[in-house]
Amino acid sequence: MLEFLLLLVCASILVSGVLAVCLKNVLPAMVASGLASLFAAVSFLLLAAPDVAMAEAAIGSGLATFIFLYAIRKTGNGKG
Amino acid sequence: MMRHILVAVIVVLFGLIFARMVGGYVELDALRPLALDYVTRAPVELGTPNIITGILITYRGFDTLGEVAVLFMVAASVGLLLKKDDAKPASAKVSSPKVSGEKTAAAKPVLAKTEAARAAAARSAAAKANASARAATAGSVAVKSTKEAAPAEDDEAAPREASEIVRTGTEILLPLIFTFGAYVIVNGHLSAGGGFQGGAVVASGVMLMLLARPGSTLNVALLSIIESFAGVFYVGLGILGLVLAGGFLDPRFLPKGEFGAFISAGAIPLISALLGIKVGAELSVIIDRFRS
Repeated sequence: MLEFLLLLVCASILVSGVLAVCLKNVLPAMVASGLASLFAAVSFLLLAAPDVAMAEAAIGSGLATFIFLYAIRKTGNGKG
Repeated sequence: MMRHILVAVIVVLFGLIFARMVGGYVELDALRPLALDYVTRAPVELGTPNIITGILITYRGFDTLGEVAVLFMVAASVGLLLKKDDAKPASAKVSSPKVSGEKTAAAKPVLAKTEAARAAAARSAAAKANASARAATAGSVAVKSTKEAAPAEDDEAAPREASEIVRTGTEILLPLIFTFGAYVIVNGHLSAGGGFQGGAVVASGVMLMLLARPGSTLNVALLSIIESFAGVFYVGLGILGLVLAGGFLDPRFLPKGEFGAFISAGAIPLISALLGIKVGAELSVIIDRFRS
């Protein structure tokens, strides 16, 4: 059961990582990269590392995503 | 074409390296000697039910100090790099065409504030700006709803009012997030978490606050002072450990107390709290720097 869940989460990390690279629009790509971080946090939790999961969820998928958001806003939504 | 082939070759090489790493993986049925040493010693020597925090703050205390120093340097360099941009978006804000005249009036106190010293007086100005911005959005509901529908296509960088959902959600969630962050920080020696994680949670709460109230500014000067004092006290506690106990950053100069009690494990809760304050303040300042 745990292995299956872990495989599912790892596949989700892969899919969102590929999406983050391939998506042409910057904003959805940013959300996808945040999603990859979130799934990584879930995988850490499944691997019994709640401390790391907490830091990853707060920094990786929270703060980093919104710093990207501010950066995209400053550079004209990535179009310029 | 040449570049593509080169990239493909590099990717394949990386794939080979990782394949070797994954291929040789076997699950350990016993702890490695160093890990076993830490796991058996930490609860006895330090009195921390959460071994990880004990290791991070005591045995690997120097590494934690290095981490905090790296974060400090990141905050300092972000401040240095983004400081010059402060004036430019502010002047663009005024010259850019506005959707409603009222919003320019709302943005002006913010502009005046970014140029003036960030004193306590700035806070009341921010509150005023926020109130007038709220009144402006209430007056032009149609404009607001179209902007809500397409936040991505919004070209102007000027701070605009967040949507009703974000504002109301923030009012409900913010106390919970801050309480959880404080809980994670002060319970670092008992349950999962610690200063770093709790500080990150607090900083994400600050981020939510800044998202919900784009017109407000953080008191960066005060945060910097708090952060510096937390760092100084952290190093001071380390030196205290050097003088009174076994070595630098040794938390055992305070009594160990009862195993599992809230006030126990020597100075670990104190160090954890200082770390949490420092990390939270630093990350908040970094977020504020990235806001235009």
